[in-house]
Amino acid sequence: MDVSNVPQEGNCTLGNHRKALYAKDADGKMVIVPSRGSEADETVTMQAVDRMNALAADARTRALAGQTSPLEYWMYARRMDVVLLSQISGIWQWRIRRHFQPKHFLCLSPRLLASYADALGLPLAQLSTLP
Amino acid sequence: MNHTNTNFQHRHAAHCESGVAASLMSHHGANLSEAMAFGLSSALSFAYLPFIKLTGFPLIAYRMPPKSILKGVSKPFQTRFRFETFRNPDDGLHRLDELLAQGKVVGLQTSVFWLPYFPEDMRFHFNAHNLLVFGKEGDDYLISDPVTELPQRCASADLQRARFAKGVLAPKGLLYYPESIGRTEVTAEAIKKAIKKTARIMLGPIPIIGVRGIHMLANKVAKLDISEHSLNYAGHIVRMQEEIGTGGAGFRFLYAAFLQEAAQITGIAELAVLSERMNEIGDGWREFALKAARMIKSREAFSPVSLADMLRLQAERETDFFRALKSAIV
Repeated sequence: MDVSNVPQEGNCTLGNHRKALYAKDADGKMVIVPSRGSEADETVTMQAVDRMNALAADARTRALAGQTSPLEYWMYARRMDVVLLSQISGIWQWRIRRHFQPKHFLCLSPRLLASYADALGLPLAQLSTLP
Repeated sequence: MNHTNTNFQHRHAAHCESGVAASLMSHHGANLSEAMAFGLSSALSFAYLPFIKLTGFPLIAYRMPPKSILKGVSKPFQTRFRFETFRNPDDGLHRLDELLAQGKVVGLQTSVFWLPYFPEDMRFHFNAHNLLVFGKEGDDYLISDPVTELPQRCASADLQRARFAKGVLAPKGLLYYPESIGRTEVTAEAIKKAIKKTARIMLGPIPIIGVRGIHMLANKVAKLDISEHSLNYAGHIVRMQEEIGTGGAGFRFLYAAFLQEAAQITGIAELAVLSERMNEIGDGWREFALKAARMIKSREAFSPVSLADMLRLQAERETDFFRALKSAIV
């Protein structure tokens, strides 16, 4: 890649940051060039972000309809899935899935609720609510 | 508490670990660029790891595992790093403050998700990020994060959360700093050894590592259907390649920069020619990324087979390249 080809298309996912890319300058030397990012990079990051947001929105709708617990919403809102939440909280995957059922979620012990709140980085009271 | 290491110079880098290694060694008087740290530790690689899942997709790595760069620069510079992890988060906090009070610059392993200065859309659960702390003002730590252009500040509660994040590759509060540095210049011998190792890994026999790993990924991509899930899979490959602090094209441009420096130090002119070739291979990876992104945006029809062909071409180019690299080193 030549310095003139370093993408400066303004990747919105970078916020105000610029990322460092290596490219060849006019003297043929490889140098570090701050890049505003490319559309291709933005496309793939937004694809991943949108996918997580869609899962969260879907979980929220189902939680409002009483088909799942707020736990599922918060899991996706924190960009996790069941595997990751299980690794972070130390709670088995099948138990997490069971706690997605509103009737089981309502009977959770304060200790389990605290583990979930801690893993998700939420205040305990917020875990049972939806935004 | 206020402690700031005023001698410390923040540097913008493509990759967190090579950036941290270069900044930390330079701070202690060694002459080390990011590209040299990357190449010297034989960090360039390719690995397709279908049994490790990230949000349902296999891990595709373009470099060696975390910590290998720090370990890789230790020997050539006769450096001893001290690594400390903590069972109790409070101990980790106190130890960091203690080291800062001694005027040290300290490296940390953290999660990306809990660092507030990261752009919102880039915050995913990845636990092997590296950054340096060079001071503390009030409750804020002064942070030199190699992937940001300028130094950052981070409140102690947020940094603590990032240091003690749980899950795969949990940092357990890991902090590190060099205890002693025996050498300040890199030798030609160390560079040759590192290049040989990279060529050996890339051309090795394990089917998921090196160029064979690229072929394996290509076979997997060729078998994809044209569902939404497959599009996400293609996007995932590109994210691993471009978005996770790689300096572009899965570290290939960074390695080209290393080869250029290596040509000067070793006096092997062939390495400068090979640097040029690596640069072109990097362009090939960029083209793959652009093609995949166009398909995701539906600007052209999604064709897993043509993406797989591009990957196979890259694998063949890299095979030829690393054979040439191997024979250039005598």
